[in-house]
Amino acid sequence: MSALDFSTKIGSKRFSNPIFTASGCASSGQELSQFFPLTELGAVVTKSIMTKARAGRATPRMAETPSGMLNSIGLQGPGIDTFLENDIPWLIENNAKIVVSIAGETVEEYGVLARRLRAVSGISAVEVNISCPNVENRGQVFSCHPDTSTAVIESVRRNIGGELPIIAKLSPDVTDIVAIAKAVIDAGVDGLALINTLLGMVIDTNSMKPKLAGKTGGLSGPAIRPVAVRAIYQVHQAFPNIPIIGMGGVATGRDAFELVLAGASAVSIGTASFGNPTAALQVKNELADLLTQKGFKDFRDAIGFAHRSV
Amino acid sequence: MITPQKINKNAAQIKSEVLSNKKVGPYHHMVFAVGEMAAHSKPGNFVAISVGGEQSALILRRAFAVYRAIDKGPMGGTIELVVAPHGQGSKWLCAQNVGEYVDLIGPLGTSFGIPTTNANTMLIGGGYGSAPLFALAEVLKNRGCRVDMVLGASTANKIYAPLEGKRSVSSLTLTTDDGTAGIHGQISEAIPRLIRELGTEVIYSCGPMGMLSAIAKIAEEFDIAHQCAVEEAMACGIGVCMTCVVPVKFNDGIKMVRTCIDGPVMDGSEIIWDRKTVLDKL
Repeated sequence: MSALDFSTKIGSKRFSNPIFTASGCASSGQELSQFFPLTELGAVVTKSIMTKARAGRATPRMAETPSGMLNSIGLQGPGIDTFLENDIPWLIENNAKIVVSIAGETVEEYGVLARRLRAVSGISAVEVNISCPNVENRGQVFSCHPDTSTAVIESVRRNIGGELPIIAKLSPDVTDIVAIAKAVIDAGVDGLALINTLLGMVIDTNSMKPKLAGKTGGLSGPAIRPVAVRAIYQVHQAFPNIPIIGMGGVATGRDAFELVLAGASAVSIGTASFGNPTAALQVKNELADLLTQKGFKDFRDAIGFAHRSV
Repeated sequence: MITPQKINKNAAQIKSEVLSNKKVGPYHHMVFAVGEMAAHSKPGNFVAISVGGEQSALILRRAFAVYRAIDKGPMGGTIELVVAPHGQGSKWLCAQNVGEYVDLIGPLGTSFGIPTTNANTMLIGGGYGSAPLFALAEVLKNRGCRVDMVLGASTANKIYAPLEGKRSVSSLTLTTDDGTAGIHGQISEAIPRLIRELGTEVIYSCGPMGMLSAIAKIAEEFDIAHQCAVEEAMACGIGVCMTCVVPVKFNDGIKMVRTCIDGPVMDGSEIIWDRKTVLDKL
């Protein structure tokens, strides 16, 4: 392992290793820190934050599905003020690399959030979550349309200033994810996060009603991994120079390696942390071993390798 | 109620050996070797266990209230659980043999608060929800409290009341929905009369949400303290997934509070039990 260069880059920022948390699956880091030091991670991607505190949806918010789960949290969070006051200082104090994920109801809200972040030091990148499926109106999922995706990214780009890398988090629930990726790349993103959850639904056959209070929820877990691999592969093929943070059902080093081969420059661990708080650490170690076994001396040589070997 | 202290303090993830697995009526009483974890576990805490084995399609942990934790027993530190095999995960756990290992995280969550003076306490448990109340009874008795226990279930064999658990109890009342044991009717129907007769000053409850809600109402009417251990479906048990929340009243409105971090033991008077109120306000 000593011979392996495990570092990776997103835009102008370098990360010591490619294993991140996935937004919404690690809260703001404190909960997991009891189980391992957050400095082990390439970065902590915080739960998508909005301008105001938000209670989120009613319960039940969760339904376990075969090799996966539906969640319907509805972006519960403390709002940007409390987040910047409490969570960011704590993460900095604990020497974590930080990627802040933001979410808005309007194009303007994303701009407001970006402006709040421009003055904050200690952040390595901003993830723009334009693909949360748990909103009242499906039309509000910005990443379902190239135009709305562009509008949000332009708003963030205008307001954030400086060189903080912007990462757009996209939904796989679209006909052509490459077209959406093109729109946000043209609008100036430095990287992409692929994929958010897929919209799903479970009906309880005892009560004969939807299991979730919000009726629909985002499907995550190993069940969606092939969808993630496909999306990353397609987008990397079209834009080989745009870094992709891959995510979707990664629970082992093998899974992470699969996403890297498809074209991911980093891999986020999401739902796997629910079942196993040390999943990210385990994935990191297993991936390093696998890369070494396969003869890679530099992690970056493995990114998109599946394209080269076809 | 929101604790600023370190989240998941004392929690550890371990491979834990199954030391005993006995069927007790419709439930399983299971003992796990947990080493030092037992010393940190207090009545009300829970553990989260991986189920289904490595290749399982069940990706989420299952949460179980600790029935009893013994710090330095003949088998070292142990934690005991009472498991009802009603879902895929709990069925898998109940099928684990002595000598097998499970991935266990604990202790998690809040524990029952103990009165500083010797109060008259009533411990109310529904079904296997009675499990954490026996260890609580012991602590309360040692503190000089009077402990009256009321256990209810749909039918007689679903009441979990082991002999050793009853040692610390001054009185035990049973209720069953079908009248096969004790008082015929729902547990909450029997409570007001018992509170008057026994001079109850503090209520502790554990069981299904409907029962807790009914008890919260009674506690409010009698104006007595009520600590309840709530049951919301959890995905992680460690505070990252935000699924196990209950609505709680705050000065600036309703907040959804995680029952794995700020629960499972919560102040019954702070929880908003009426779902409709919450749905209207969210």
